[in-house]
Amino acid sequence: MTGDALAQVGAAGLFLFSILAAIPKSLRHYRETLRQIWFVGAMSLVIIMTCGLFVGMVLSLQLYYTLAKFGGTAALGTVVALSLFRELGPVVTALLFAGRAGTSMTAEIGLMRATDQLSAMEMMAVDPLAYVVAPRFIAGVIAMPLLACVFNVLGILGAHAVGVSWLGLDNGTFWGNMSANVEVWNDLVNGVWKSAVFGAVIALIATFQGYTTPPTSEGVAYATTRTVVSSSIVVLAIDFVMTAFLM
Amino acid sequence: MTQPRRSFQVGTGLFILLGFAALAYLATQTTSVANYTEGDNYLLKAKFSNIGQLKQRAPVKLAGVRIGSVKSIELDPQSLEALVTIGIDTRFHEIPDDSAAAIFTSGLLGDQYVGVQPGGSPVAFKDGDEFILTQSSMQLEDLIGKFLVSGDSSKGPAKPDAADPAAKNP
Amino acid sequence: MNTTNHSPGSDSPEPASAAYVQIRGLRTVLGGKLLFDGVDLDIPRGKITAIMGPSGTGKTTLVRHITGQLAADAGQILVDGRNVPQLSRRQLFELREGIGYLFQNSALLTDFSVFENVAFPLRQHLRLPEEIVRNIVLTRLQAVGLRGAAQLMPAELSGGMMRRVALARAMIRDPGLMIYDEPFVGLDPIALNQVLKLIRTLNDTLGITSILVAHEFAAVRRAADLVYLIAGGKIAAHGHPQELAERDSPWTRQFFGGEADGPVPFEYPARDYALDLGFPAAAA
Repeated sequence: MTGDALAQVGAAGLFLFSILAAIPKSLRHYRETLRQIWFVGAMSLVIIMTCGLFVGMVLSLQLYYTLAKFGGTAALGTVVALSLFRELGPVVTALLFAGRAGTSMTAEIGLMRATDQLSAMEMMAVDPLAYVVAPRFIAGVIAMPLLACVFNVLGILGAHAVGVSWLGLDNGTFWGNMSANVEVWNDLVNGVWKSAVFGAVIALIATFQGYTTPPTSEGVAYATTRTVVSSSIVVLAIDFVMTAFLM
Repeated sequence: MTQPRRSFQVGTGLFILLGFAALAYLATQTTSVANYTEGDNYLLKAKFSNIGQLKQRAPVKLAGVRIGSVKSIELDPQSLEALVTIGIDTRFHEIPDDSAAAIFTSGLLGDQYVGVQPGGSPVAFKDGDEFILTQSSMQLEDLIGKFLVSGDSSKGPAKPDAADPAAKNP
Repeated sequence: MNTTNHSPGSDSPEPASAAYVQIRGLRTVLGGKLLFDGVDLDIPRGKITAIMGPSGTGKTTLVRHITGQLAADAGQILVDGRNVPQLSRRQLFELREGIGYLFQNSALLTDFSVFENVAFPLRQHLRLPEEIVRNIVLTRLQAVGLRGAAQLMPAELSGGMMRRVALARAMIRDPGLMIYDEPFVGLDPIALNQVLKLIRTLNDTLGITSILVAHEFAAVRRAADLVYLIAGGKIAAHGHPQELAERDSPWTRQFFGGEADGPVPFEYPARDYALDLGFPAAAA
C-alpha cells in the first residue's frame, strides 16, 4: 500500500518534469492557456467570493468575541487581515479551487483519455502534454493567487461589515490598526506566493490523475475523488512546511 | 468560431485585471503601504526616556484622531534618550507649542502610538520644533511591580482602554 | 520508396517501392497474452488494404504499432522507409503529420465546433491566414457532405456524422497514408454506405494508401483491394477479397461464413466442465 503511494508520488514527480519540459512548446498554444484561465479562474469567482465574504464575517465575529476578553477589540482589523492573508486566504481558496477547478480538470482530461481525444491529438502530431496539460497547469499557477486576492478582499469587506457596521467598532480603528501592522512583503505577498505554489500542486495532481486514469467511467470517477482528497492533504501539508520554514 | 475565441480572451483579461485590482486594493488599503500615501506634512521632535514598543510609521493622534505618523526613531547620543521624529499633516497646523506628547497603547494587546495632549499657548508649532513635555511609554512590568508593592490587587492595569496612563502615575 | 536506409534483408514478395508499410517478424505480448507471433505484412501504395480478423486478435494494436503509439516487443515496421520502433518522439510526430487516422469512436474534440475540429491540425501546424483555413476546411466538409453543420458542436451530431467529420479532419492535410480503425462499427446501413463510399472515393481521387481495419466482410469486399486475415497471432490468409472468400480453409470458412465454432473457438479456455460443477467422479 505504501509502496503504491510512493510509486504514485514518483510518477507524479516525473509527470511534473514532463509538464515543465512541455511548457516552452505550450507557449504556442497561449490561446488555450487563456481559455483555461477563464475556465479555472473566472468560473471559480462566484464560489470564491461568496466563501470569502462568509469566512471574513465569521472570522470577525469569532475574533471580536475572543479579543473582547482581553480588551483588544481594536486589533480586530489586524488579526483578521493577518489570518486571511497569511493562512486562510491561500488555504481556503486552495481547498475550494481543488473542489471546483481541480475536479473539472481531472474529469475533463480523464474523459478526453476515455474518448481517445488524447490519442487523436497524438495522431495529429499535437503533444497532449503541451496542448492539454501544460495550459491547465499554467492556468492553475496564475489563477490561484488572483483568486486568493479576491478571496482576501471579500474577507476583509465581510469582516468590516460585521466588525464595524454590526458590532460597532470604530471605522478608523479598524483600518488604521490594520494598515499599521500588516506588512506588504511579509504578510500579503508571502500569502500570494503560497497560493501560487498551491495552484501548481493542485493543477499537477488534477492533471496527473486525469492523464493516468483508466479510461472507464469508474476510473474517471475515482480519479476525480482522488484529486480532491490528495490535493487537500498535500495543500495542508505543504502549507505547514512553507509556513514553518519560509515565513 | 472567432467570436467565442475573442470573448474568452476578453473575459480572461477582465479576470486577470480583477485579480490584480484585488491585490492592489489589499496592498494600498490594508497594509503599511497605506501610510506612505500621506499628503504634505511638517516634522516635530520629541524625546522620550523609554519608547516601549513604538515603531516607525506608528500613528500620531490628537483626541483620538489620527494627525500624522512616526517618521524615525533614533537614540540621542547626549541625553541617551530616544529621539522620535513625527510628521504631522499640514492640515493640522494649529497645534499649540506647549502641547505634550505621550506614548500610549491602544488596548492591552494593541499597538503603541503617540498621543498629543493640546496645551493652551496661543503660538502654534512650526516645522522642526520640539515637544517640551513628554510622557514615556508605560511598561507593563513597571505597572505590575507598582501594584505588587502597593498591595492593590483589586483591579489590574489591564483595563481595556488604557487611554490615559498618566492618571495612574503617583 | 527510393530510400537508402532500407533493410536489405527484407524478402518482400513485391518490389519494395510498392509497399508503403512493411512489417517483418512482428512480435507483441500485451497483458501477458501473445498477440502477434511473427507477423509479416505489406501495405501496397495507392491501394486499400483491409486488415480483418475476429474481435480481440489485435487489429487495432497492429495499426497502433504502425503509428508508433504502442511499442512492439520485436520486429521491424517500415512506414514510408522509416523504421518506426527506432524513431524519437519528435520524428514520430513528423511521421504522423503524414498519416490520417480515423478513430473507432471518432475522437472529436468535444470543446470545439465541427469547423474547429476539422481546422485543428491546420491551426496547430501551419500559420495560415484565416481566409485560407476557412476555404480548406469548407472544401473538406463539403466532401463529406457536412458543410452545413460547420457550426454545430460534436454533441449535436449523430454517430455517422461524427465519423464523417473525423474523416474530414483526418484528411485535412492530404496525408499519404490513411488508417481507418473500425469505421463501420455502430453505423446504420445508410451511414455505413456513406462512409464506405467516401473511403473508396478518397482513395480513387487522391491516390492515398489506405489501411482499413474492420470485421464486416460484406462492406470490406466492396472497398478493399487486398485483405489480410489475422487470427491466432499470425496472418491466417491474404489476398483479394473475392479470391479469399472462395478459398477453402477452415479460417476463411469460419470467418467469412460466420460459423459460431471452428478454429476460433466458441468457448473460452476453461477447466474441465464436470470438475468445475463439482463431480469428482467424472474427473477420476
